[in-house]
Amino acid sequence: MNIDQGDTLEYDVLVIGGGPTGSTAGRFSARHNAKTLVIEKRQEIGSPVRCGEGISLSWLEELEIKDISPWVRRYIRGARIYSPSGHVLEIIEDIAGDEVGSVIERDMFDKDMARLAAIEGADFMVKTAATGLLKENGKVVGVKAKQMGKEFNIMADIVIGADGFESQVGRWAGIYEAIKPKDIMTCFQYRMTGIDVDPDFTHFYMGTRAPGGYAWIFPKDEVTANVGLGVQLSRLNGEVTPKEYLDQFIAGHKGLRNGEAIDMVAGAVSVTHPPERTVADGILLVGDASRVVDPITGGGIVNGLKQAKIAGEFAAKAVSEGKTDVEYLKKYEKLWRHRLEDKLWRNYMAKEKAMLLDDVMYDKIIDALSDMDLRKVRVETILEGVRKKYPELIKEFEDMM
Amino acid sequence: MSLELNVEKCMRCGACVGACPVNAIFLKEHSPAVGRGCTECGLCVNICPVGAFSLGGE
Repeated sequence: MNIDQGDTLEYDVLVIGGGPTGSTAGRFSARHNAKTLVIEKRQEIGSPVRCGEGISLSWLEELEIKDISPWVRRYIRGARIYSPSGHVLEIIEDIAGDEVGSVIERDMFDKDMARLAAIEGADFMVKTAATGLLKENGKVVGVKAKQMGKEFNIMADIVIGADGFESQVGRWAGIYEAIKPKDIMTCFQYRMTGIDVDPDFTHFYMGTRAPGGYAWIFPKDEVTANVGLGVQLSRLNGEVTPKEYLDQFIAGHKGLRNGEAIDMVAGAVSVTHPPERTVADGILLVGDASRVVDPITGGGIVNGLKQAKIAGEFAAKAVSEGKTDVEYLKKYEKLWRHRLEDKLWRNYMAKEKAMLLDDVMYDKIIDALSDMDLRKVRVETILEGVRKKYPELIKEFEDMM
Repeated sequence: MSLELNVEKCMRCGACVGACPVNAIFLKEHSPAVGRGCTECGLCVNICPVGAFSLGGE
């Protein structure tokens, strides 16, 4: 649509951010008859990609997604988890497995989520940034926006902040909670081709080669993969960067060191506990902006999509009932917490424990587990396996069992 | 002391923006800019995946 300087647009629901969560919030809001607009500051939905692209496929039914062919690149048989000294734990997933499953084309995925929203009637504007909130009597009534040099206002009964890890909407709304450095992973990744790695598995490398995090190889085809690594921010002192940790990892990996990097990706994810607040007067937060990234895997899409469906449906309902005050919007918080919070807390506690492990402990644990036939990645199963072989190790984890 | 950004290294990923505890870094035309309120805590120096920030000066 054509925008002129000083225009005022009017919508029921405005979504800030055209990532998969933003589009999905817009999709379900539009489906329930709210006039919905999604704005994206970048000129292209889905690009550039900032993602490892490994994702489970266990959530498709909940999100009512029938055709995954536009974005699935490769099906994965299972995951291999490597200890520092080279013990390997192989996890073959059930068909309905939880944490691995496929490697996707994330740019195509984001565009497909936008397509599904557009089918429901949501409007989109790219290269359009929110620059601040518009408030009346303390309540958010829209945003100031900018598109290609033109400034205009977008009025909306509800603004959904889907603006990712670096979310500004939450900060502007006064519900920002600084994340502790120990709960932030900073990441670097190459797309590598000409490599020699089993392309039917995702590969995870634990220990101090990626302090507080892990290195990953997610295959895209027989000789190509996303090769990346995340490091806990609190373990960085500005001397060795995540890029340098990754370069060291690749140099030490015989299947990778002769490969070619054809793309570079940087970014950060929160691996924190659910925040205190994700709503304000006229505002809902979803996705990475509301810190629902899985603290164990660092994957944000699945939780974000489940939460976005709830947010979109709820926003449309709130608008139709004319109730957009913070007290009413707290019902959204209750709904998404009911769906996601238990697992987020459990995985956060598990992550906190895993942070205590040094390389020797990782070796023992992965050695113990590699004797087991694990059909599913479940914290309880893993701990039981460790207890059998190294009972002394499990003391730290006993309160989780 | 002053915080400096090497724009040649910067990949515009936003990691520093999200990590800044005092909201002093914002994306200006898609590249980060350091605004008022910076306490020179160094978190952005550490989080930057490619080491684009430095705390310089005597």
